[in-house]
Amino acid sequence: MSVDILMPALSPTMEEGTLSKWLKKEGDTISSGDVIAEIETDKATMEVEAVDEGTLAKILVPEGTEGVKVNAVIAVLAEEGEDAHSVEAKGDAASADAKENTASSDKEESSDDSESKTEQAEAPKAKRLNDPSIPEGTSFTDTTVRDALRDAMAEEMRRDEAVFVMGEEVAEYQGAYKVTRELLQEFGSKRVVDTPITEHGFAGLGVGAAFAGLKPIVEFMTFNFAMQAIDQIINSAGKTLYMSGGQMGCPIVFRGPNGAASRVGAQHSQDYSAWYGHVPGLKVVAPYDAADAKGLLKAAIRDPNPVVFLEHELLYGNSFPVPDLDDHVLPIGKAAIKREGTDVTLVAHSRMVGFALEAANILAEQGIDAEVIDLRTIRPLDTDTVVESVKKTNRIVCCEEGWRFFGVGAEIAATVTAEAFDYLDAPPARVHQKDVPLPYAANLEAISLPDADDIVAAARKVCYVD
Amino acid sequence: MATKSKSTKKAPSKASKAEMLKYYRDMLLIRRFEEKAGQLYGMGKIAGFCHLYIGQEAVVTGMQSCLKEGDQIITGYRDHGHMLACDMDPKGVMAELTGRTGGYSKGKGGSMHMFSKEKNFYGGHGIVGAQVPIGTGLGFANKYRGTDNVAVAYFGDGAANQGQVYEAFNMASLWDLPVVYVIENNMYAMGTSVARHASETELFKRGISFEIEGEEVDGMDVLAVREAGEKAVKYARSGKGPYILEMKTYRYRGHSMSDPAKYRKREEVDDIRSHHDPIEGLKGQILEHGHATEDELKDIDKEIKAIVKEAADFSLESPEPDPSELWTDVLKDVEVA
Repeated sequence: MSVDILMPALSPTMEEGTLSKWLKKEGDTISSGDVIAEIETDKATMEVEAVDEGTLAKILVPEGTEGVKVNAVIAVLAEEGEDAHSVEAKGDAASADAKENTASSDKEESSDDSESKTEQAEAPKAKRLNDPSIPEGTSFTDTTVRDALRDAMAEEMRRDEAVFVMGEEVAEYQGAYKVTRELLQEFGSKRVVDTPITEHGFAGLGVGAAFAGLKPIVEFMTFNFAMQAIDQIINSAGKTLYMSGGQMGCPIVFRGPNGAASRVGAQHSQDYSAWYGHVPGLKVVAPYDAADAKGLLKAAIRDPNPVVFLEHELLYGNSFPVPDLDDHVLPIGKAAIKREGTDVTLVAHSRMVGFALEAANILAEQGIDAEVIDLRTIRPLDTDTVVESVKKTNRIVCCEEGWRFFGVGAEIAATVTAEAFDYLDAPPARVHQKDVPLPYAANLEAISLPDADDIVAAARKVCYVD
Repeated sequence: MATKSKSTKKAPSKASKAEMLKYYRDMLLIRRFEEKAGQLYGMGKIAGFCHLYIGQEAVVTGMQSCLKEGDQIITGYRDHGHMLACDMDPKGVMAELTGRTGGYSKGKGGSMHMFSKEKNFYGGHGIVGAQVPIGTGLGFANKYRGTDNVAVAYFGDGAANQGQVYEAFNMASLWDLPVVYVIENNMYAMGTSVARHASETELFKRGISFEIEGEEVDGMDVLAVREAGEKAVKYARSGKGPYILEMKTYRYRGHSMSDPAKYRKREEVDDIRSHHDPIEGLKGQILEHGHATEDELKDIDKEIKAIVKEAADFSLESPEPDPSELWTDVLKDVEVA
C-alpha cells in the first residue's frame, strides 16, 4: 500500500505554504523521523519529518512551489515490497492548485474550505475614500498587515532613539507572529529586547521606562496574556497623568494580536476592545487594513499618551495597498468610510470590517446600498462620522467580534440613539460574538463568531426587508 | 549573598556634625509633618486613605543621603516621608493631602498619588507592589541612556509577597539594571504580621534565587541605613545590577488612619518608641558627641514646627481645584507636526 504525504498544517492559522526545499529525492529510503522537506509559512521555515517508512516514490509538488494548500498531497511513499514506479496518489494532488514560483498574492478558493478560511484568503479590499493625508497621485504597494506593522516600528525606531520594542520572542525568534522580523538585526539587542514570560512585570517595567522619558513598544504575544498586566496598563499607564496633575507622561504602546485566532479555544480568543475602550487615559486603536495599521501604529508610537494597539492575528497575512510615502502617519480618533452607501450604515473595526465589506457586496446584489465605516480607533471614538452617516442612511448595524454586553456596539447604539434619534427609522442592531466562551469545536466556533451573513441578516432586518 | 549586616543598634559614627544635624532635622520634619497630617485628618480636612510614616523616618532619610542628582525614587502609598526626603515642598505635599489646587497633583491625586519630576520622585502608587516593576523600568531607562543613575524602589513587607515583585527581580538581575530595592519591613502587612504572611520571614533573602545580593539593616538607625545604602547604591551604580536592602523598621500608627491596630499590643509599640526610636536615637548620639546642646536641638524643633504650620496653613488656604480641572490632564495633547 502506498502512503500519501500531505502538506502539513504548522500553525493554528496556516492555510497554505511554500514548499521551499525537498531534502530527499525520488528513490530515497525514508525512515520515520527523517526530515524530508522544508516548508515556509508566513511566520517561519519549518522542517517536515516523515511519519511512515518506505521509499519516496513520487514528488508531486516540486520545491519552490508557493501556495500549497494544507492537506494537499505533496509526495507518495511506497511501502516495503512495493514498486515505487507504479504508485499513484490517492488524495488530490496539489500541483493543480498551486502555482509554481509565482510571487502573486492571489489566492485560489478551494472547494472544501470553510467560510472563515475563504475570508482569510480573500480579505475584502476597499477603495480609500477619505484619507486627506494621502496626496492624490500617490502610488501604492501591496503589503501584508504584518509587514506594515513591522515597517511602522522600524521607521519610528530610525526616527527616534528613545523608541524600543520589548516582549516575548520579539528579538532572536523574530516575533512569535513575525511582526518584529529583522528588527533585531537592524537595531540590536539594546532596542529589541527579549523578555521572560512575565507580562505583569514587563508591562510595569515599560511604564517605568516611559515615565523616565523613553518610548517603549510593549508587545504582548496576544492580548489574552495582557490580562496578567491589566493593572499596570490601566492603573499605572492610564491614570498617572491625571493623578499627577499633568506632570507625568506615559508615552507607551501596548500592542499585539487581539480577538479570536483559529481553533485555539476560549482563553486564547477574546476581543478586548470594550475592556480598554472603557478607560479614560488610554487611547485604543484597532485597525483593519495594512495602510491604517502602518499609519496608526506610527501615530501611536509618537503619541505622548499610552496607546493600546489591538491587532488581529487572522489579518497579519492579508495584503492591502499601502501608500508609498516616506512618512505615512494617520490621526488617531478618526474613523474611515470604507464604502459609501445610502440605505444602511455598517459600523465595524478590526477584522469585522472585512465581513462588513463582504456583507455590503452581498446586500448590493439584493438592492441594499450599505455604507461601511471602519472605526479604526475605539477611544477616542469618532462618533461624528457615525452620527453623520446615520443621518443619511437612517439605519445602523454595529458589528464587533466581542461579546454584546457593554460592548463597543452598545456604546455606538446608545450614542446614535441620543444624537440622531429623530433620524432613525429602525432600532440600532448589533452583530457580535455569541454570549459564551469561545468553543474549540470547529462547528461551534463558527456558530459563535459573527460573520458576513450575520451582518447581512441584521441589515435586512433594520431595512425591514425580512 | 544575602547576608545579615553587622551593624548594631549604635553604628560607629562616621557622620560629621553637619550630616547628623541634617538627618535629625530631616527626620523631625517627617515626624512633625505626619503628626500634623494625622491631626488634620481627625479634623476632617484630609480624607480617604492616609498612611503615616511615623517611626520609619530613618529609612528614607538614610537612603536619600546616598543618592546623587538624577537618581530616581519610587514608592507605594506610605509616601509622605519619601517626598519630604526628596526635598519636595511640604506646602505642596500637605495641600495635596487636603485636595487643594496648591497640591503637587493639583488636588487630583491625594495622599497615595503624588509625583515630582523635578525632584525625581516617581510616586506615590496605590496598588501594592506596582511600583516595583515601574521602578525597575526607571533603572532600565538609566541603563538604556547610559547614565550612571540609580533607581531606588521602596516597598513594604506586604508588597514583598506580590508576584510582580519577583518578575521585576528576575529582569533586573538578568539585565543588570541599576536598581536598589528597599524593603521597609515594618512588621505588619496592614494587620497581618510577617510571621503570618511570609513563609520566609527574612525578606532580604527573597532575591537569592535571582542572584540578587540582599542585606538586613537596622532601619531604626539612620547611620546604619546610610552605611548599607552607600554600599548598595555603589554596587548598582557600578553596573553590577540590583541590590536588596531589608530595613527592619516599625510604624507607630495603624496601617492607615482608619486602622485601630488591634492586632498588636500597646506594649510592643511602647517598647519600640522607648528604646528604638530613630529620632531619639540620633538625638542621643548628637548630644553624646557634643554636636549640639539640648537648646540647639529645641531650636531645630521650633523651626520645623514653623515649617509644618506654614504647610498646614497653606493646605487649608489653597482653594479647591476649579471645576474645569475635572477635564484636564486625562490625555496629553498631540503635537501636530
